[in-house]
Amino acid sequence: MAETLTKPETVTLEVFRYRPELESEPTFDSFEVPYHPEWMILDALNYIKDDLDGSLSYRWACRMGVCGSCGMLANGQPVLTCATYLESLLPGPIRIEPLEGFPVIRDLVGDIGDFMGKLSEVKAWLIRDEEKPVEEGEYLQTPSQLDDYKQYSMCINCMLCYSACPIYRLEPEFIGPAAIALAQRYNMDSRDEGAEQRMDVLSQHHGIWDCTLVGECTEVCPKNVDPAGAIQRYKVSATLDYFKSLLMPGSSS
Amino acid sequence: MNPKYRLYYPRWYRKRIPIFWWLQKRSHAAFMGRELTAVFVAYAAIMLMVLVLAMDRGQAAFAEMMDWLGTPAVVVAHVLVLCILLFHTITWLNLAPMAIVVKLGDRKVPAAAVLIGHYAAWVACTGVVAWLLIWR
Repeated sequence: MAETLTKPETVTLEVFRYRPELESEPTFDSFEVPYHPEWMILDALNYIKDDLDGSLSYRWACRMGVCGSCGMLANGQPVLTCATYLESLLPGPIRIEPLEGFPVIRDLVGDIGDFMGKLSEVKAWLIRDEEKPVEEGEYLQTPSQLDDYKQYSMCINCMLCYSACPIYRLEPEFIGPAAIALAQRYNMDSRDEGAEQRMDVLSQHHGIWDCTLVGECTEVCPKNVDPAGAIQRYKVSATLDYFKSLLMPGSSS
Repeated sequence: MNPKYRLYYPRWYRKRIPIFWWLQKRSHAAFMGRELTAVFVAYAAIMLMVLVLAMDRGQAAFAEMMDWLGTPAVVVAHVLVLCILLFHTITWLNLAPMAIVVKLGDRKVPAAAVLIGHYAAWVACTGVVAWLLIWR
């Protein structure tokens, strides 16, 4: 009961600002926004944009934790701003910053080109040696086969895992958690035949072997994808494949 | 890319990572602390090799080594190293179910079973080594 009495009427947001045409170093602007228990951080940012400062730049789209656009740091923690209640960060001030690990173009908008390139590098799509004609019907799967990769298919490319990963921040060449988890999503799909093509990228130093299992990627994932687990599983299978190729040269994995 | 975004490209802000980045978050400090225990794993391996070398140099050298290992300061230090090695081993084994997913037919072997299997293998290996060193 005491808790309901102490709810504030407003909450302060300290928002990271960077306008390269105006300033060489980022600053923080403070905004006082009305507090509503049902408001997410994104609602507060939209209030700032609509009513207080129209120049604030940030990404968002679906507002329901599916598009993966609105990832930011809230009090230093990578979150989806559309899925994080203001209430969970009271009493404030709440510090909002862009995701770490990505160069900031403006305010809360980072350049995600590196991640998009890595998704292409790992070929995060279904690969078939030969497509069967449409008349032959669908590629059928059992529930157990679906279960093998379903968890990894939940990734929404929000990049919170990249922001949480200290390795990616220190070594940007690292392929990174989401791209490897998505590669595993297709490697484990019974319809896919592209595991060998992905191996060249995943088995290199900047693939799985850069990961030292800090585990933060799995902690912050809003969809429980467990990228850290995906990377460790690939390490085991890559090692087994290596020894298999030593013992049985010429055999394919 | 839209040329408008490219306009200020050289001035995109890149946050500098301080050398003590791992002290800024408790989970990162815990991770680095755990990584540091690997140094003691290396120490234990080197100590084993030194023992083998002492054995190779003859009975007197080996006895001298054993005397040194029996001094109170070395015993206390090695008990501490043992505790660190146990911490390293247990935290390592606890991660096994994350890396190893076993399927028997259509069924996934529960994570607890994978974990128990690893601990059982550890106990078995320790038993064999203890048997070789103590009873044989």
